[in-house]
Amino acid sequence: MLERPITRHGAVSALLPLVVEDLVFEAGGRRLIDGIDLTLEAGRRSVILGPNGSGKSLFLRLIHGLIPPTSGRIAWNGRPPGREVRLSQAMVFQQPVLLRRSVAANIDYALAAHGFDKAARRARTEQMLIEAGLEHLARQPARRLSGGEQQRLALARALAVEPDVLLLDEPTSSLDPHATLRIEMLIARAAQEGVRIVLVTHDIGQARRFADEVVFLHRGRIAEHAPAEVFFDEPGSEAARSFLAGELVL
Amino acid sequence: MQDFGAAFWLAGELLVSGDETLAEIVVLSLKINAGAVALASAIGMPLGAILAVARFPGRQALVVLVNSLMGLPPVVVGLVVYLMLSNAGPLGVLQLLYTPTAMIVQTVLVTPIVAALTRQVIEDMDAEYSEQLDSLAVGRLARIGTLLYDARASLVTAVLAGFGRSVAEVGAVIIVGGNINHVTRVMTTAIALETSKGNLALALALGFVLLTIAIVVNGAVGGLRLAMVRDAHA
Repeated sequence: MLERPITRHGAVSALLPLVVEDLVFEAGGRRLIDGIDLTLEAGRRSVILGPNGSGKSLFLRLIHGLIPPTSGRIAWNGRPPGREVRLSQAMVFQQPVLLRRSVAANIDYALAAHGFDKAARRARTEQMLIEAGLEHLARQPARRLSGGEQQRLALARALAVEPDVLLLDEPTSSLDPHATLRIEMLIARAAQEGVRIVLVTHDIGQARRFADEVVFLHRGRIAEHAPAEVFFDEPGSEAARSFLAGELVL
Repeated sequence: MQDFGAAFWLAGELLVSGDETLAEIVVLSLKINAGAVALASAIGMPLGAILAVARFPGRQALVVLVNSLMGLPPVVVGLVVYLMLSNAGPLGVLQLLYTPTAMIVQTVLVTPIVAALTRQVIEDMDAEYSEQLDSLAVGRLARIGTLLYDARASLVTAVLAGFGRSVAEVGAVIIVGGNINHVTRVMTTAIALETSKGNLALALALGFVLLTIAIVVNGAVGGLRLAMVRDAHA
């Protein structure tokens, strides 16, 4: 296993705080992320909330280093989001991208990519399959699972590598309530074990269940960044008030 | 058309009796083409995958080049390889002209097919996998290996297309192989020769075998592909 600067189960993570300064992302002549300044501290569950097209997913990809910003600065405890930083992170996408292999092989692959040795991989894969309730499907082709099972596998694979930070991009947006509940339970358990959660969603109910703090995005800007109880009780911005009232925010 | 009917009859007899000449030609054909396709796959697949994943100036031009090489005229390739292998040529010292080894010339024809088809398959798959593999911090080399492995069911088709080209080809093998009896005579060159000699029975029998091989190989590979798809895909 790689030597990793982790202090999981503790209060302080080597990757935090995340500091974002004047972040801009443009594509096709449009400014999709328009000057975001944000600091995320250790030990919280952050929800990035906002209507569709507000730039939530894009923001998550930017801080994970999957796409380079047009301008601005992103630093995880001083380090730019590159391969080294990503080794201490994991991301779950809206549509899970599962390899064309068995369920167990999908988890094993992620562990191998993170440098776990063979014995550790076997033990950890088994443990994650049990935690995700997928052990009876271990040898099934991953792509033949149901939507909920696929997302559970994607989450189990992400958590298998013991990330300090877990980034989730609308992980339950296409799932039914039962499947959503199982995903949320897994995320909640990871949070309890000290994994820093950053969850992107447009689901107000999910945000209420999860958030310690809310970052409300609107048209590529931060309209509001507040502790959850403040945000839900007395939203400070017009856009957030409309959104919480169930109006269509464009 | 009495000859024609008789030729069919004789061809059937040759096939049923397990004629030695026929068997020899078929076995040599399979060996040479299998070798050429294996070599072409070993070169073409990594090449195609690198072309799919790497970003460098001139990449698009290279893609166009590889795609057009799929249509290489076999006789021209045969001629070029002939010139290289002939005594006066740069590879003349190897004394490979008119040997079975020279007939690996088929590799030159098949490699672009495998490479071009692989490039397309891997590029499509990379579009789907790219962010997930980045997120998992997978390195470049491992990424190519992953994509090739996960595209295995589609790559079978690329190999099959290569084998089809190779086994059906006459022009290049006849130039560098020389169609020498017991040494470099394969099914296609034998058919050409026997037809011109008027020995339609042997030509037809060989034609049947060639067709049968094409069907059996396609069927087997199709079944294999189906099984892989069932195992690995949604």
